[in-house]
Amino acid sequence: MTATVSRPEGAQEALPLDVEAIRADFPILSRTVRGGKRLVYLDSGATAQKPRQVLDAERAFYEQHNAAVHRGAHQLAEEATDRYEEARRTVARFLGTDDEREVVFTRSTTEGINLVAYALSNAGTAKEAAFRRYAVGQGDEIVVTEMEHHANLVPWQQLCERTGATLRWLGLTDDGRLDLSDLGTVVNERTRLVAVTQQSNLLGTINPMGPIVARAREVGALVLVDGAQSVPHQRADVAAMGADFLVFSGHKMLGPSGIGVLWGRYEVLDALPPFLTGGSMIEVVRMEGSTFAAPPQRFEAGVPMAAQAVGLAAAVDYLERLGMREVEAHEKALTAYALERLSAVPGVAVIGPPDTVARGGAVSFTVEGIHPHDVGQVLDDLGIAVRVGHHCAWPVVRRYGVPATTRATFYVHNGYDDVDALVEGVRHAQKFFGVG
Amino acid sequence: MQLESMYQEIILDHYRNPHGRGLREPFDAEVHHVNPTCGDEVTLRVRLDGGSIADVSYEGMGCSISQASVSAMHDLVVGRTVTEALATGEDFMTLMQSKGDPAVADKLEDSLEDAVAFAGVSKYPARVKCALMSWMALKDASARALSAAHPTTPTGGNDS
Repeated sequence: MTATVSRPEGAQEALPLDVEAIRADFPILSRTVRGGKRLVYLDSGATAQKPRQVLDAERAFYEQHNAAVHRGAHQLAEEATDRYEEARRTVARFLGTDDEREVVFTRSTTEGINLVAYALSNAGTAKEAAFRRYAVGQGDEIVVTEMEHHANLVPWQQLCERTGATLRWLGLTDDGRLDLSDLGTVVNERTRLVAVTQQSNLLGTINPMGPIVARAREVGALVLVDGAQSVPHQRADVAAMGADFLVFSGHKMLGPSGIGVLWGRYEVLDALPPFLTGGSMIEVVRMEGSTFAAPPQRFEAGVPMAAQAVGLAAAVDYLERLGMREVEAHEKALTAYALERLSAVPGVAVIGPPDTVARGGAVSFTVEGIHPHDVGQVLDDLGIAVRVGHHCAWPVVRRYGVPATTRATFYVHNGYDDVDALVEGVRHAQKFFGVG
Repeated sequence: MQLESMYQEIILDHYRNPHGRGLREPFDAEVHHVNPTCGDEVTLRVRLDGGSIADVSYEGMGCSISQASVSAMHDLVVGRTVTEALATGEDFMTLMQSKGDPAVADKLEDSLEDAVAFAGVSKYPARVKCALMSWMALKDASARALSAAHPTTPTGGNDS
């Protein structure tokens, strides 16, 4: 049993993480699905399951410390505020920065990206001169890539529609990489911001930030990195990355839903006007108008998601205890094994890089003669949870000429046995539909 | 085990050998419907002859359920009046909302013929939309065709 989980015959290496021990931390993995079948959860890329440590931290907050953060004159309000701000410090440390003012809590990656996109258009009409520095308008350009999740594409399309700016994008190569051959012309003196994913949610590709950031610096453009699929799976280091913004979600990294992070370089955040306005984010309010607090509070309108922030900090602690390098190595071993086994199945084609070089654990594939929905249905019947469809990255599937894919994503509780189950499930689907 | 309840042989037959597939001329209305959660698409044309449906022609891509559904629908509605076809569509909607209740399927068997085989799909909420897409497209297309024939009749068709 253990041998199958950690190292079946043919697998390249023993897994770095103790899968059996980790599985025991995830209550949901002990339930069964579809008539008593073991849950094989290969959909962490959509949302990750939560270890007991995260659930306990949230429950303890509600049971012992719950109050509205940054308000109230009572002991609970103090405790809640302390824990919320401690969570901010934990996240800052995890990202490799000492300056916790650079960590803005949002509800999600999507909200973090919208926050920046709206701040850039609000900058154009801000009455405060200090907020106009990064204003986007007619003649300006925003650059994205063809690899983006809709969350890092649609907000920029909308920004361009609001401001008259032009959206440009970097294309993809046939083997699932960013085509950087025209980086020098696509990113130019008119570029105000480059928004790029660090890891494709569909292809698994890990993008080279170095040349993109360097080119953006040459022309004075900001860089926003979508870390939704990278921060949960590889060590983040905002200083080394050199970007201006990094956005990610808590729920994809073992944390609660409803909490996300926008990390921003402080001097950039400080020059941006707010997105959502209301309580918490103000300095002085009069009937005639208001002034705003310094970051991060300027971007945290309303009563903060304190329990969720505490849960996210517990998720960070959990991941750090495992070690992000080990997490990365673990997923790399699983990905290598999955790519090898899947590509050995006749009729299966992987969409994305064929090996683990600069590649994460999102493995998308098609099965000849069977629509991904039907593949997913057969796998579900076997207790295997995958995602099917266009994965909120419609331009990507269109680029590779397929209507949709089946996608498996791996995380810390997955073992080689899960990959074996997936491959056997695909073969079962082929048998069921009489193809392959 | 439960798989066979969704993928009835009759559904797989329609999927492998779709009836009435292909876009044909002439037609009175053409619509394009998508299922934005999964990217399934259908382009569907309706040809009316008075108040009756003379032809439904279509092209589409999608899963076995969406493709089999449009094929079974073709068999059910061609030659019927628009009113009858839309009533059958209502019955199909009722079947899709039945959550696998066999009593509902029994009651609708005469009205839905082959399409009653989709009863198993109603147990899987994520797949109900796949089965319904072509019926939504038909409703939209026939409303447009009627409104083209009688421009004063309000139709409530949408612009998808």
